[in-house]
Amino acid sequence: MKSALRPDLQAVADAVPAGARVLDIGCGDGALLAHLRTSRQVSAHGIDVSAANVASAVARGLAVVQGDAHTDLSDWPDNAFDVAILSDTLQAMREPARILGELLRVARQGIVSFPNFGHWRVRAALAVGGRMPVTRTLPVSWHQTTNIHLCTINDFRALVDDCGLRIDRAAFLANGKLRSSFAANLLADQAVFVLCRP
Amino acid sequence: MRNVTFSIGRRIGDAMLAPVQDQRFGLGRTVRLADPVPLASGQSLAGVDIAYETYGTLAPDGSNAILICHALTGDQHVASPNPRTGKPGWWERLVGPGKPIDPARHFIICSNVLGGCSGTTGPGSADPAIGQPFAMRFPVITIADMVTVQARLLDHLGVERLQAVVGGSMGGMQALSWAAQFPERVRAVVAIASAARHSAQNIAFHEVGRQAIMADPRWASGNYTAEDAPAAGLAVARMAAHITYLSEQGLTERFGRRLQNRAALGFGFDAEFQVESYLRHQGLTFTERFDANSYLYITRAMDYFDLAAPHDGVLATAFAPAAAAGTRFALISFTSDWLYPTAETKRIVRALHGAGAATSYCELESPHGHDAFLLDAPEMNRIVTGFLNGLAEG
Repeated sequence: MKSALRPDLQAVADAVPAGARVLDIGCGDGALLAHLRTSRQVSAHGIDVSAANVASAVARGLAVVQGDAHTDLSDWPDNAFDVAILSDTLQAMREPARILGELLRVARQGIVSFPNFGHWRVRAALAVGGRMPVTRTLPVSWHQTTNIHLCTINDFRALVDDCGLRIDRAAFLANGKLRSSFAANLLADQAVFVLCRP
Repeated sequence: MRNVTFSIGRRIGDAMLAPVQDQRFGLGRTVRLADPVPLASGQSLAGVDIAYETYGTLAPDGSNAILICHALTGDQHVASPNPRTGKPGWWERLVGPGKPIDPARHFIICSNVLGGCSGTTGPGSADPAIGQPFAMRFPVITIADMVTVQARLLDHLGVERLQAVVGGSMGGMQALSWAAQFPERVRAVVAIASAARHSAQNIAFHEVGRQAIMADPRWASGNYTAEDAPAAGLAVARMAAHITYLSEQGLTERFGRRLQNRAALGFGFDAEFQVESYLRHQGLTFTERFDANSYLYITRAMDYFDLAAPHDGVLATAFAPAAAAGTRFALISFTSDWLYPTAETKRIVRALHGAGAATSYCELESPHGHDAFLLDAPEMNRIVTGFLNGLAEG
């Protein structure tokens, strides 16, 4: 199972402390949660909007509920979790700023991963090709994608600042491999941020 | 009539099961409780009989027991032919060999609820004080009372803690009540197409049914005989209720405005439409297997059901002890169920999250209304299978 995990999910998983109480928001079919349960013995909880995904996740024995993060995160009390994860999901949210606030309300620590719209391939697609990019991390064309709030790494840092939150640490990936933070906004195609309250 | 039922039950049972040494286990069983059962009303009931069935073998450590709770008009024959109607068990799609709840792995228990008419003590049973049927002298009972009686059954069977309690509709209410009443005795709860309280609309439909029964002259204030029962009233009650179990889409697809055995309107009041004919049939066949007074008492129990009421209206408080005990919950609702709609299940989910309980929840697509939980629902089976398997993962 471990080898099957996507590199960005692995980077997220690496940021989760063992034995933590974890909520994965937009958990899909529960692949990440199942991995965390096995590899880090976490108490695994999730929410996803798709009934088919939830059925698959529950069929893995995970505590996953069907719901919309915008309306249903409020079901959980403050500090219900040690860690809340927003894996490759922020860019599909209607109100990313509010979701980040909820993330750090229900959990002490938030882990957010997203595709970097500042990556050079994206910039090149726009600047040279004059077309919306279709890349490894953004594989779907503009009119079919569920991504409505794409951002760059620097945009995200600014949003975290605006939300009054703090970046604890970050990891950057290019072509599925971890890389340094040097010029990450240009050279990383994915980013993973660990957030905490100020 | 009841005694006949049980002798038939035993006969069918022997063909269904591996050799049963312990007379407590098997089909068509009944036990009389030695001690009186205290009721929510403050009254108590002595000499309670419980009619039940078990399937599979209880593990030496007792860890594989699953209690199935039936709905309003259900019975203990969850996965064996009903001796009265000859029809298959009412939940054989979920319970049985090769099914998510499997006698090869699980020790499965299903009992007729208190107040019922399939062998467990109800208004049709003889009041020991006078040797006549209780009729309306039977105490008003609650969902909690049904669960109290089920717990006594577990004591009788030697089951300390359930792996899971599983139910749909009123069965789901019992399953949720189990978590509230006996949090230490239940590792997991599965509540399908259910609710934690009866809504005004739920109560309203039940009242229509009860008034239909009571308006039947044959009801005779409840003092009818089996030969002269208020069948017309009970049939109308069933017809009204049956509509609530379906969906508008389902009714339209199945019947539309099609006529029954005729080419044109008859300008009369026969069952001219197919949907009328269908409902009349449903009403009629129901009276052959159900007791009118039981219908009054059980619908009353459902109307009284509000799991949050003893906790100042805070549902999360009802679940707090179960959450602390590590009880896990799985809830399923269906898109077209307007009797116990998704919003009611989401209210439960919210309370469980508030209580900090491990919770799984899914709303499944179905055109079949409330009845969806009894019909072929592969996704429901997939979820129940995974949820029960996942209990091992912790």
